[in-house]
Amino acid sequence: MNNDIIVMTYEVPADDFTRAGEASSSVKGKLKKMGVNPDIVRKVAIAMYEGEINMVIHAFGGTIDVIVSPEEIMMILKDQGPGIEDIELAMQAGYSTAPDNIRSLGFGAGMGLPNMKRYTDDMKIESILGVGTTVTMRVSM
Amino acid sequence: MTIKDIRDILMAELVVGEEWGDREVHTACGSDMMSDVLAFMKDQSVLLTGLCNLQVIRTCEMMDIICIVFVRGKLPDEAMIEMAKEKEIAILTSGHRMFSACGMLYEKGLRGGPDYK
Repeated sequence: MNNDIIVMTYEVPADDFTRAGEASSSVKGKLKKMGVNPDIVRKVAIAMYEGEINMVIHAFGGTIDVIVSPEEIMMILKDQGPGIEDIELAMQAGYSTAPDNIRSLGFGAGMGLPNMKRYTDDMKIESILGVGTTVTMRVSM
Repeated sequence: MTIKDIRDILMAELVVGEEWGDREVHTACGSDMMSDVLAFMKDQSVLLTGLCNLQVIRTCEMMDIICIVFVRGKLPDEAMIEMAKEKEIAILTSGHRMFSACGMLYEKGLRGGPDYK
């Protein structure tokens, strides 16, 4: 790792469950190549993957920016989805608004946001109903 | 326990990863819900699951899980096999049900790691 700041930007396609996770997979591969500590790589990959799945399930896709600096990795997940009505409730383990067809695909257990918080050092959710949601997560190096 | 040991204990078929059969597995996780799997971070694990889609392979990639056992005779499709090969994740398929397969591996000493906190 050198001291440069690296920015990676991804488009997350809407409603394409088979492609969900491609951005997280790409980031994981790139961080590994940069020589980032494997535990940090795994935390970033899991948190981003959960976020990416959420964007596909709930929000018609969106964009993800990953900013790698010598101090931290910051992920900004932005969508123009319906927004989150009650963020505190959404953060509760087990609470989910995902439809049954998503549960049959292995997601929608209400663990996505709690997992994202658990694997990152800082997580901030900004959401406006009918406008969209931005989730910013940071993992320290 | 190695991947080949798991194959023998579960009388499973190794669909992907003959060349990685000697890799050591330290812990196991059994679930059909991928977010439950993602809540569990352990090195060199095996996942037992009855869910059979591309996101199972993706989940294992993110978690650095080295082996998947599909229970109840589930078979991965071509896209899953290709992704597993690329990510070096072994795939086994066993006719046993989830409870039995987990129990058989537990009996031989494989454990699930600490409680979720």
